[in-house]
Amino acid sequence: MSLNTDPNFFTPGKRYFRAFSPGDDFYEALIDMHRDLSDEQSAMANARLILLLANHIGDISVLREAMKVAREGV
Amino acid sequence: MLSTYQYPKFEYRRPPEIAEGREGGGGRYPVVVVGAGPVGLTAAIDLAIHGVPVVLLDNDDTVSIGSRGVCYAKRALEIMDRLGCAEEMVAKGVSWNVGRTFFREQEVFNFNLCPEPDHHRPGMINLQQYYLEEYLVRRAQSLPEIDLRWKNNVIAVSDQGDRVALRVETADGAYSIETDWLVVADGARSPIRHMMGLDIEGKIFMDRFLIADVVMKADYPTERWFWFDPPFHPNQSVLLHRQADNVWRIDFQLGWNVDPEEEKQPEKVIPRIKAMLGWHANEEREFELEWVSVYTFQCRRMHEFRHGRLLFTGDAAHQVSPFGARGANSGIQDTDNLVWKLKLVLDGTAPARLLDTYSEERVAAADENLMNSTRSTDFITPKSATSRTFRNAVLGLAKDYPFARALVNSGRLSVPSVLVESPLNTPDTEVFAGNMVPGAPMDDAPVDSTRGEKWLLQAAGNRFLLLYCMPDAGDVDAATADACTALAAGAIPVETLVVAERGTAPAGLGTLIDVKGRVRERYDLKPGTCYLIRPDQHVAARWRSLDAAKVRAALARATCNA
Repeated sequence: MSLNTDPNFFTPGKRYFRAFSPGDDFYEALIDMHRDLSDEQSAMANARLILLLANHIGDISVLREAMKVAREGV
Repeated sequence: MLSTYQYPKFEYRRPPEIAEGREGGGGRYPVVVVGAGPVGLTAAIDLAIHGVPVVLLDNDDTVSIGSRGVCYAKRALEIMDRLGCAEEMVAKGVSWNVGRTFFREQEVFNFNLCPEPDHHRPGMINLQQYYLEEYLVRRAQSLPEIDLRWKNNVIAVSDQGDRVALRVETADGAYSIETDWLVVADGARSPIRHMMGLDIEGKIFMDRFLIADVVMKADYPTERWFWFDPPFHPNQSVLLHRQADNVWRIDFQLGWNVDPEEEKQPEKVIPRIKAMLGWHANEEREFELEWVSVYTFQCRRMHEFRHGRLLFTGDAAHQVSPFGARGANSGIQDTDNLVWKLKLVLDGTAPARLLDTYSEERVAAADENLMNSTRSTDFITPKSATSRTFRNAVLGLAKDYPFARALVNSGRLSVPSVLVESPLNTPDTEVFAGNMVPGAPMDDAPVDSTRGEKWLLQAAGNRFLLLYCMPDAGDVDAATADACTALAAGAIPVETLVVAERGTAPAGLGTLIDVKGRVRERYDLKPGTCYLIRPDQHVAARWRSLDAAKVRAALARATCNA
């Protein structure tokens, strides 16, 4: 499998009528996760989140591809 | 400052209550609407079209000062079509579908609001609010049911249980009137909401924005351009779009710690605009300022939009951030939802409880608008360093990666709510593809009708409708035609239109020829499929075959008569 960069957010069982809604649901949850955290705490929360998601994805070739894209752009 | 627009001054006339010496009371009306802005005018026109006499009170005598609400979305235009006001709007307004988003120096992506062909109205038009109001006033003045009273200021309101009593002040003194129902459309500060001691809950956003309307001859395409962190206005956002008469709206985010009075001064505004135009066109461009305003905004709504005999609409009931054009557009949808219900209640063919569903349905819509506009605001103006980092990461990825483009939020432009949770819907019992679920606002499609209508939405609205699919309209059998004729003769009539590829329906039934097959496609029609449509063009129920008893049951449910 290669890295999926097409829109891919969904909530199981939820019907979306507007294409922008699932991505916006995710983004709101992401920003909410950081509510009331200091910058340092946010950095730690982000690191923990990446580790959890990386393990969930599991496929290290996909993760390497994502890491490459992430690093290239900064 | 330059002016491309001559503000009309509408004539105050001595109200009949004063002229006839009935200042103390005696005037009793079925409906009074307070506020002759876009929402109040729309409500009054809709009521008049339904044959309801209406008194429309306004404390001023002209239209909106300044361009204010400039984006009118497809759904609002479809409602204006139903009210006979859209042609002028579309002719004068600037139609646009394409939006471009820039991050710093680069365009990161663009979108098309209406990529689907075969819709009558465009995704959005830009039109100064004063033009919209002028057209609506003209329409209202042409309708004998509307008694439009300028410079009539409501100073007291009380709900008497079986009626509402109003005290109204004019240059000739004050007078009292009574009404069965009061439609409150008196704007964000809503004096009536205050007089009634009703709360509106939400939050104010700690940010300020500068609006400048600029007159210039420019050959920019008719598109919406949105910049995040542009070189000419670092760390903030800027929006540019075009209105009628070569007027361009430019919106600069300023941040919280600025002096709004100072920012409004031309010597402060003009350099900002020069920097923007200079960066963009790389040349000196002549322009003149027409209108400048600095605003903040709130995101809030009333807990309920119906309070006894008072029905709150538009900004009086709910306010959103301007990102997404969800203010006036949602107010117009409020009245679209309200008026047919009020008409049935006034006629005595539906219980007053139907008006509670106005509140339920439009509160749900307001929450959707609040959610979307708050999300846009949070994306455009990040509230923390981490939020800004994520926002910039999304913008950085957007140029190359489609998933990130979908996350860029410069305003989710007004689209109507699908009222999936409405108690007026009859849930599906059969399988349908597509989005025309019970509660959905109808998708448009080209048709050819016996009455000359060219669009499905022109053929719908203002009454309950049954769309019945039959490939050859002439194949509708006698028993079905009789059942449809009986539906049309009910206390709440349901008119049947046969959607067909060819042929003519039996007498008493209308025919819509689905000239491009789009109705079939968008509504997943098969021979025998029927849709019950509300007067506000929302789907109430649908089936794979026509059963008059089921239609009656769904009609009863959609009108709180079940």
